[in-house]
Amino acid sequence: MAEMALWEAVRRAHDEELANDPMVIVMGEDVGLAGGTYKATLGLYEKYGPERVIDTPISENSFTGLGIGASFLGVRPIIEIMSVNFAWLALDQIANTAAKVRYMSGGQLQAPVVIRSPGGVAHQLGAQHSARMEKVFMGIAGLRVVTPSNPRQAYGLLKSAVRCDDPVFINEHEYMYNLRGEVPDEEYFHPLEGSEVARPGRDVTLFGYNISVHWCLQAAERLAAEHGIDCEVVDLYALSPLDREGIARSVTRTHRAVIVEEAEAPCGVGAEVMAIIDEECFYELDAPPLRVSARNVPIPYNRTLERAAIPNADEVVAAVLHLLGK
Amino acid sequence: MRRDLIRQFLYDMLLARLFEQAAAEQYLQGRIGGFLHLYPGEEAVAVGTLRAADPGDYVVSTYREHVHALVRGTPPEAVMAELFGKATGCSRGYGGSMHLFDAERRFLGGYAIVGETFPVAIGVAYWLRLNEEPDVVLCYFGDGAVNQGTFHESLNMAALWKLPVLFVCENNRYQIGTEIHRHSAVPEVWRRACAYGMEGRRVDGMDVLAVHEATREALRHVREGKGPFLLECETYRFRGHSMADSGAYRSALEVAELRARDPLEGLRRRALAEGWLGEGEVAELERRARKAVQAAVRFAEQSPPPTELHRDVYAQPLDVYAPEIPARRAAP
Repeated sequence: MAEMALWEAVRRAHDEELANDPMVIVMGEDVGLAGGTYKATLGLYEKYGPERVIDTPISENSFTGLGIGASFLGVRPIIEIMSVNFAWLALDQIANTAAKVRYMSGGQLQAPVVIRSPGGVAHQLGAQHSARMEKVFMGIAGLRVVTPSNPRQAYGLLKSAVRCDDPVFINEHEYMYNLRGEVPDEEYFHPLEGSEVARPGRDVTLFGYNISVHWCLQAAERLAAEHGIDCEVVDLYALSPLDREGIARSVTRTHRAVIVEEAEAPCGVGAEVMAIIDEECFYELDAPPLRVSARNVPIPYNRTLERAAIPNADEVVAAVLHLLGK
Repeated sequence: MRRDLIRQFLYDMLLARLFEQAAAEQYLQGRIGGFLHLYPGEEAVAVGTLRAADPGDYVVSTYREHVHALVRGTPPEAVMAELFGKATGCSRGYGGSMHLFDAERRFLGGYAIVGETFPVAIGVAYWLRLNEEPDVVLCYFGDGAVNQGTFHESLNMAALWKLPVLFVCENNRYQIGTEIHRHSAVPEVWRRACAYGMEGRRVDGMDVLAVHEATREALRHVREGKGPFLLECETYRFRGHSMADSGAYRSALEVAELRARDPLEGLRRRALAEGWLGEGEVAELERRARKAVQAAVRFAEQSPPPTELHRDVYAQPLDVYAPEIPARRAAP
């Protein structure tokens, strides 16, 4: 196990997959000569050449579509969209082409592309650079959505996504590229389905994904230390498909659930997990599930207001105390 | 040689015309659903361009693509069965009129989002160029597509990286119901090529021989690695945009003038006048095409429907959405 930053883990996955398969290409804005906005492709342009590590014009819909078209012939493109806010521009190609081509061609074509993009609220990036779009991608049949909460997942999810025959959207976080964590020395393929228990517990399940896993873990530490409440934290690294069994298993054990999401509540992960709890294990509940979500506003620039727009560990603690009647 | 080519063109155009007529009839009888976009009037474009292409070339097309598939060699039975939504259709009944696919013949599909095809085409071409393959991509689109961002974005990348794509504009003058002079600041589509440092030209899309010759020259340019080419074919659709559109926004005079330039009748007349084909030969071609279309309709009628709703959503079946309601756990 070596400790490394999340960006280094993503870079390592790129490097290994490019070395492993000549059909793997990497493309996006500044991924080549400039080494990537978040250094996720640093040095790969020099190593694999400009035709496999492609600097594209600022044409998100068309370069994403270029990768998708190439994938019809067996190419495995890793497409970096510099910010998830720009991925709106590529939704046509992602939703209309990549996600549907296998189905509407009667199984004749497939689009094994990986689309990586950082989203989330970082440091005063303002309304147009702070989107959280995972809920949009989760609603697209034919597309898989995964989202890493640590370097190990970031590395292993990308490796698995490259080798998956479905289009995979990897939702990264602008704030987490310097997050450090252990990554196996040997090759590691993280499953694209399922969930992980990040902290076992008995009293209440906190469901998180990506950055909110960290808020859940912080809250769990404080709830244990200050209130003697034993929280289980479940990391939903796979958002589509969501791990129905894993969600039900944990709630069946703890009988209480709080879902924590950095995105706005409407039509989000919280809503979806609550629906799954309703469908799978409603009668196991001792209290109605709660969700801790962002306020439904565009993200403001002002730092204080920005922080007020999204959840944090304090809000998770408050939700758990409320749920337990304390 | 020339006689063989003329015979082929005439057969293709007869088949195209009769096939589309049959599709319209079947649609009116309720056997074909959804939106049905027909090709009469534009046959010279698909026939002239695709007969100039090699079997190894890839084709990416639009939602008005029945004839592209037919000329590419997809059996009329498989196309008609797809329009009927049958399991024997070229997309197994999952695609429909707007989403015909035939991967075996490198027909990479009909796409129903205007402008969606440009990125797909340059993606295929990128791979071909990277691997130094001799094949090229033919990318079809209408005059309405040239004002989508993807047109500009993709032609830029195609020219920047010298990708082997022939962009074929089927300029039928109307984006649905809006005439080109009302939707494009520069209505001569081919002139846009110069914005990307690309070669382009315009050809009479009602003359299959002219289209064929222009395509041969354009494909030579593309195959020689000189970069993409924009070929604008000026054509006309005799019917409305789809079966749901009467085309009432066009004057009767305009339609009559263009119908007088019918590419099919033009070729038939010329073939007889020049002595390329005899009356008997022409009648025989028409008989053959009619029989093929009748057989296609019969085949489509008799074919079974597809039954599996969940196949081919993902490579393996995934439990993505909520189970059926009866599967919910009962109260204890």
